[in-house]
Amino acid sequence: MSEPIDVRYVAKLARIQLTDEEIDRFGDQLGDLLAHANALNTLDVSRVPATAQVVESRNVERDDVVGPCLDREIVLGQAPRRQGAFFRVPRIISEAD
Amino acid sequence: MAPIEERTASDIAADVNARVLSAREVADAMLARIDAVDGSVGAYLTVLHDRAREYADRVDARVAAGERLPLAGVPLAVKDNMCLDGTRTTCGSKILERWVAPYTSTAVARLIDAGAIPLGKTNLDEFAMGSSCENSALGVTRNPYDLERVPGGSSGGSACAVAALEATIGLGSDTGGSIREPAAFCNLVGFKPTYGRVSRYGLIAFASSLDQIGPFSRTVADAAMTYDAMAGHDTMDSTSLAMPVETTADGLRDDLRGLKVGIVREFDTEKLDSAAHALYQRAYRDLEALGAELVDVALPTADYGLATYYLIAPAECSSNLARFDGVRYGLRVEGDDVTAMYEATRAAGFGPEVKRRILIGTYALSSGYYDAYYVRAQKARTLIASDFKTAFERCDLIACPAASSPAFPFNSKSDPYSMYLMDYYTIPMSLAGLPALSVPCGWVDAGGGQQMPMGLQLCAPLFGERLLLGAAHAYERATGHAGQFAPRLSESNV
Repeated sequence: MSEPIDVRYVAKLARIQLTDEEIDRFGDQLGDLLAHANALNTLDVSRVPATAQVVESRNVERDDVVGPCLDREIVLGQAPRRQGAFFRVPRIISEAD
Repeated sequence: MAPIEERTASDIAADVNARVLSAREVADAMLARIDAVDGSVGAYLTVLHDRAREYADRVDARVAAGERLPLAGVPLAVKDNMCLDGTRTTCGSKILERWVAPYTSTAVARLIDAGAIPLGKTNLDEFAMGSSCENSALGVTRNPYDLERVPGGSSGGSACAVAALEATIGLGSDTGGSIREPAAFCNLVGFKPTYGRVSRYGLIAFASSLDQIGPFSRTVADAAMTYDAMAGHDTMDSTSLAMPVETTADGLRDDLRGLKVGIVREFDTEKLDSAAHALYQRAYRDLEALGAELVDVALPTADYGLATYYLIAPAECSSNLARFDGVRYGLRVEGDDVTAMYEATRAAGFGPEVKRRILIGTYALSSGYYDAYYVRAQKARTLIASDFKTAFERCDLIACPAASSPAFPFNSKSDPYSMYLMDYYTIPMSLAGLPALSVPCGWVDAGGGQQMPMGLQLCAPLFGERLLLGAAHAYERATGHAGQFAPRLSESNV
């Protein structure tokens, strides 16, 4: 049995606001899923390398040349809030900072 | 001659190229079919009435100018997690409900260039997370063989569009079984190529090390034609394979002579109910009757697939979906400061399954748990891939079920893990990056005399698409299970 998950803390990391009801429900469900995940503890992986990509791949580089880009107006047209040529967000640094 | 909606891609393309049929006639017929039946099926989230006719006219003009196009006039359904410029692309999520794609995904662009006509964007489990399509925030999709049952998922809308004759071919994406399972549930061929064969550019990312685009079709030959038209290197996707692609449509076989087919010891079908067990045993005998030699192979770590997948995929999803923060696109819910805005936006925009996966992924990647969960899962992934490598030293292909049951009724999988179990047979191949497909292998009584289809999964070593589709064609041709029953739809009762 694994330790209970601090769902409130994880939700903070994930930037998702949860209701109290969601915190209870997700807490139970995530605990259940991690109990299944704990099955992996029975595998001996001490000498096994981790796989991030199954098909061999390497960094891809190209010359730093400007190519075709998306039209700025089309892209900014999708923004929930904009100001001129910028995305507008709520204040990030408070006056006191 | 069969009505347009019943015809195969190769048949339609041949007639459009020969100018005995126009792409415009094909588009009009298919759009009429969608208008008549999609109210009961719910395959599409967006139908592109005007755009489809424009694409069709362009195909007719190109053919008139002397071009021959491999998919001339072939009606295409596109899962709504792939971008098509100027059209709404929602991922089945409230957070992207009104987002209009500013560019076109490579896979879709290549099919359009090959002459295909996109008819619309199809429903899916939100951000492709699910096995029944029930996790869509934007609509209900029903299995055309029994409208009270799910179509499978996550690519349920594309599967239903092809099964209900509302498209000839469909595009899905498969992360842990999202093409193969709905194909099995909807009596179709569903094919996931080797990881990296088809560009992911313009596919909205769920789990980037696993996501792969592939086709749905009613025949193996159509799957092969579709794959041939979209596979191959793309500089816009750094994980796209830079190696040459073997064509598949010219590699279809009539028998399996000289091939060894591995039957996986750990996938003992006795564990399934008796009708499904009998069905798969018959499928294996049919492979043998076609000349294949059946060999017993072991995948000792296959049982760890689910646990491995449900750490790796959520970890990648939690990272990929961080981009949905209310700043650049999609939904935004205002808050007092930027963090409050992020939290409120994501709370309102994501559904429960997406939240669950983001949370579990965030947890598995968080300080103190990273090695215990995420790294351990990546090591298990190495073992699973290595088991397949060993198994393929003894055989050319592996055969096993595509799903453990036929399509189930709505709301019958209430806890998340019971839904995850649907992907038990498809996840190991995804973790190993292998090409695999589902091909119809017969019907079982799913309750109350309701006959529902099941799928045989065939899997090949990395890059073995030509052999895989070739062998599936031989099996399909010899057995013909798909044609045994038709969807329970008629235009009159809609």
